[in-house]
Amino acid sequence: MSISQEPVIVLEQVNVSLGGQPVLQDMSLTIQGGEFIVILGPNGAGKSTFLKLLLGLLRPDSGTVQVLGHTPQRGNPAIGYTPQHRQLDSDLPLRARDLVGFGLDGNCWGIGLPSQKRDVRIEQALQEVDALKLADAPVGRLSGGEQQRLLIAQALLTDPKLLFLDEPLANLDLARQSEVVALVSHLNREHGVTVLLVAHDINPLLQVTDRVLYIANEHSCLGAPHEIITSQTLSNLYASPVEVIHAEGRFFVVGAEI
Amino acid sequence: MFAIFQYPFIQNAFLAGSIVAVAAALLGYFLVIRGLTFAGHALSNIGFSGAAGAVLLGIQPVYGLLVFTVAASLAIAVLGREIRERDVAIGVVMTFSLGLGILFLSLYNGYAQQAYSILFGTILGISRQDVLVTALFSLLIILSILVMWRPLLFSSFDPEIAEARGVHTRAIAGIFLVLVALTVSMAMQVVGVLLIFALLVGPAATATRLVRRPALTVVLAIVLGLCYTWLGILLAANTNWPVSFFIATISFAVYLPVRLLSPSVEVRDD
Repeated sequence: MSISQEPVIVLEQVNVSLGGQPVLQDMSLTIQGGEFIVILGPNGAGKSTFLKLLLGLLRPDSGTVQVLGHTPQRGNPAIGYTPQHRQLDSDLPLRARDLVGFGLDGNCWGIGLPSQKRDVRIEQALQEVDALKLADAPVGRLSGGEQQRLLIAQALLTDPKLLFLDEPLANLDLARQSEVVALVSHLNREHGVTVLLVAHDINPLLQVTDRVLYIANEHSCLGAPHEIITSQTLSNLYASPVEVIHAEGRFFVVGAEI
Repeated sequence: MFAIFQYPFIQNAFLAGSIVAVAAALLGYFLVIRGLTFAGHALSNIGFSGAAGAVLLGIQPVYGLLVFTVAASLAIAVLGREIRERDVAIGVVMTFSLGLGILFLSLYNGYAQQAYSILFGTILGISRQDVLVTALFSLLIILSILVMWRPLLFSSFDPEIAEARGVHTRAIAGIFLVLVALTVSMAMQVVGVLLIFALLVGPAATATRLVRRPALTVVLAIVLGLCYTWLGILLAANTNWPVSFFIATISFAVYLPVRLLSPSVEVRDD
């Protein structure tokens, strides 16, 4: 699958504030179907806020937001979402397949009778993230990387067109990071899922990223990694000098808290 | 030992006790997984003040209990958005309410038996009509939980994703706490407000340590709750010691070894 010319996310002159504090100002952008977007920026810059805006969990103060041609409304099955993840309580009385199953029908009323069809779909999702062997494991005992894969499986159960992942690489070592990146990239390339992934470091994602959305200082810019992660662009965004060093195919940002 | 079953008051005790045990174990499961066990305990203590107030006014204690626990559960739902703040808010509300309770009791010049039965239950003094009322309330509570089973489970384990998926997490949390308030009010007759923890949280806390599949955990909690109650009534009827003492003691005696012997936690490393 390649990038289509169908815009899936369109923002026009959007302003968002939280508790009276402006977070995003005059944000306008268009994201095409099938793109792999990495969202970067310092802590508290509004990366998660941006995702919540697209999920319909927040309303803009002004401007228009369109996701898949509509104003965002929470509960949209066309969007898969995994929020910033904390390690689950080790005693959590829940199996991996129960956690993943929430993605299928956790929002429906009633007890939901067990069905083979349901089990098959959950196992397919587990298979997709290479976690089938963990199906009956207690989720709290799994590692951070395994839990992250389960959450992605949960987000996949509605066959979403868009996948929003908030810091899926946080607290993972390099090997687990590349596993998650390979998995998300596979979903993006093979299934045409548009990915918006919040990260702290672009380097593990450079090979798979189409464009970078850099959010800082209430403003943002969107473009190819080598256009955005430059001394000039970031200095403008932060309104203070930032030095970008490009060495051995990796980016190093100096002078800014990223 | 089983000759006691010919007495209507023993039959009523078994019926009411069983009904309450089922509802309490079901609600208790969600209290445990939502980290709300302290709220369950606080609601029963708050209920004590309501019951004491009702006694002072000369009406049925259960009405005072209902008013206080339902009001407090709504207050907890509104105040307790931040988990960090929640237990403090609950504790403050609970101590204020206990203060009121002791005032009501001191103003009441009647027989102290009333207060005693609120605190420790009167399961052997339950009428057939009480059993019917208890059954109706329990049915309502259990049906409500079954209707919102999936969204309640989802939002208990992961409120953030549930909210994004369109679950009305705030409303569900409020309704759930009101159902807990109703259960506490019913359970008062069986074990009294001081020992509700034994039926509400005891079986569920033990069950969550033994199994991990949600439906199975609830079934196990219900079975445990029924066993505690039946055994408690049976022992009490044969010894003349209080029922609530036996139920609380059995609950503790089962939880302790399960807690100590359940496999030690090992988080897997990547």
